[in-house]
Amino acid sequence: MVKHEGVGTEASATGVDGPEGEDSRFDGPDETGHFGSYGGIFVGETLIAAVEELAQVYKEVSADTEFWDEFDYDLKHYVGRPSPLYFAQRLTEASGGARIYLKREDLNHTGAHKINNTIGQALLAKRMGKTRIIAETGAGQHGVASATVAARLGLECHVYMGAEDIIRQAPNVYRMKLLGAEVISVESGSRTLKDAMNEALRDWASNVDNTYYIIGTAAGPHPYPLLVRDFQCVIGREARAQSLEQMGRLPDALVACFGGGSNAIGLFHPFLKDASVAMYGVEAGGHGLETGEHAAPLSAGRPGVLHGNRTYLMTDAGGQILETHSVSAGLDYPGVGPEHSWLKDIHRVNYVVATDVEAMQAFHQLTLLEGIIPALESSHAVAYGVKLAGQMDADKNIIINLSGRGDKDIETVARIEGITL
Amino acid sequence: MSRIQGIARQNAEAGRKLLIPYLVAGDPNLASTVALMHSLVECGADIIELGIPFSDPSADGPVIQRGVERSLSKGTTLQGVLDMVAQFRTLNSATPIVLMGYLNPIEIMGYGNFVEKASNAGVDGVLIVDMPPAESDALYTQLQAQGIDTIFLVAPTTRDARLPTICDHSSGYLYYVSLKGVTGAALTDYDSVTANIEKLRGFTDLPIVVGFGIKDADSAAAMGRLSDGIIIGSALVEKIAQLADQEQQDDALVAQTTAVIAAAREALNNIR
Repeated sequence: MVKHEGVGTEASATGVDGPEGEDSRFDGPDETGHFGSYGGIFVGETLIAAVEELAQVYKEVSADTEFWDEFDYDLKHYVGRPSPLYFAQRLTEASGGARIYLKREDLNHTGAHKINNTIGQALLAKRMGKTRIIAETGAGQHGVASATVAARLGLECHVYMGAEDIIRQAPNVYRMKLLGAEVISVESGSRTLKDAMNEALRDWASNVDNTYYIIGTAAGPHPYPLLVRDFQCVIGREARAQSLEQMGRLPDALVACFGGGSNAIGLFHPFLKDASVAMYGVEAGGHGLETGEHAAPLSAGRPGVLHGNRTYLMTDAGGQILETHSVSAGLDYPGVGPEHSWLKDIHRVNYVVATDVEAMQAFHQLTLLEGIIPALESSHAVAYGVKLAGQMDADKNIIINLSGRGDKDIETVARIEGITL
Repeated sequence: MSRIQGIARQNAEAGRKLLIPYLVAGDPNLASTVALMHSLVECGADIIELGIPFSDPSADGPVIQRGVERSLSKGTTLQGVLDMVAQFRTLNSATPIVLMGYLNPIEIMGYGNFVEKASNAGVDGVLIVDMPPAESDALYTQLQAQGIDTIFLVAPTTRDARLPTICDHSSGYLYYVSLKGVTGAALTDYDSVTANIEKLRGFTDLPIVVGFGIKDADSAAAMGRLSDGIIIGSALVEKIAQLADQEQQDDALVAQTTAVIAAAREALNNIR
């Protein structure tokens, strides 16, 4: 775990103490990237040297204050951090229970939490002397965030995106092109995020000498789950300090959506040692768990190995990876980050689902009540968060991670509702 | 001595290079695989690598990806692959079979269950592309206990510091990946293959075979000269793809498909 405490933001300037009580269980992963039995390095031999080199470089920078100063500077001046912790009064009234706060990652540059990670990994790429960036993307948010940092650093950028997602997220495809990235349509398999990741791994093996692969979520071979988490932990560190400042105490519950789980782990991790803080990770329930058409490996899957790590997966009885379904492209992934698998097994985080329909309702509810259009991904967290708040007393506080803004989803929502723009 | 070790020794004594074709089990359909395997033996294959199809073959190029898709579309499972091996064994007890694939189907079947079934079916070796030695202990131990050889890859990017561990875990043969890339890519850098195989000889006495990028008699001969044998995958799978469009598969058609392996055999035999 990176010892680095807070970014140079107003939030961290309040001089918050570390979490009460030390529980070293949460300091993982171990040296070889395991969280309990999950994680590890499961890639072809061609890529082993590359992931080992990355692990070594990351170990070096973990203790390098210059690296983290530059990261903090970029987050403050380029991303616009800290993001606000906003008390959503009308949403709270509508839920009839606990006070609901929104962590406004939607206000970041490029419109989602994804940029926190790409800023960090771009700095790693620069330090390693790589000239070419590749990335996979589902909703396009990570692709845009990768193309953005590549443009800023003058690096060549190739983004792999499932053909299906290219249709669903046309505005983000154009955004990436404007930023100078090449978007490569992936036609294999289910033509979504998992297939884009396969194609990115193939590219990496073929161009390993000059290429840095920016994985967009806290999954993949070690050290990716570790470093993506560390870069995203800025969300939770800020939220923790902001809670103490605004609520006068820690929140009672945290809620975040997840596909791979990077916004969730970023919010949760700085609170893991705070036993009083309950946590809810909201998976994509799609058409409902009972239909089998969903993207909820923690709720309905089993442990297996995919994309470099051992983790919960959606897999059939023969070990083939199942096609997933979610209204939101960013959650449409059959795996999860390995740390989430471990947090599920030790019962530290509750993993729950919100369906397509619930997410769509929450999308409208937040838009109408608070004037904030959430991403369809984040709408899953809003849906569950409002339900949860309604079951809690009015003197409790919950934080919902609003991981991204919904501008990119407007066409999708209109199409689903039969509206022609 | 395992069947693989026996063939390797026999070949070494006779000065014959190992010829190892790779095909995807169940491609283009479940019925064709065993016939293709027998035909490959007739063409001079010493060992057969039988691919276990997996939905996410992230180390494979487009040719093998399509082979995997054809196979999965016909409903091939790991159990089905093991059944094919058992069926092959009813007529052939000499040619070693190496199962090659990705870890997840084996994880889901369970290591103990898989190893027992593989042993009963007559599998001789296992090569899991996405399971490096450091993550292999549980499966490795059980395979070794059943006398099934464990085959690992060495790549052009493999650092010297890893070689002792890889060689320690390997039995049967060592698979040298000729290029940085995926299966079916074009092999251009023969010098690096030469240098790396020379280096590997300092770490192991196992036969070293070369795979990735060998597509015809010429590249077979070139790589055979540098090593103890070669693996041909994509070039064969590309031929097998043509079977998918045929209504009936007679012996002549199968022989036409495997002719690329016969040509490689001849090219290897003419080295010296």
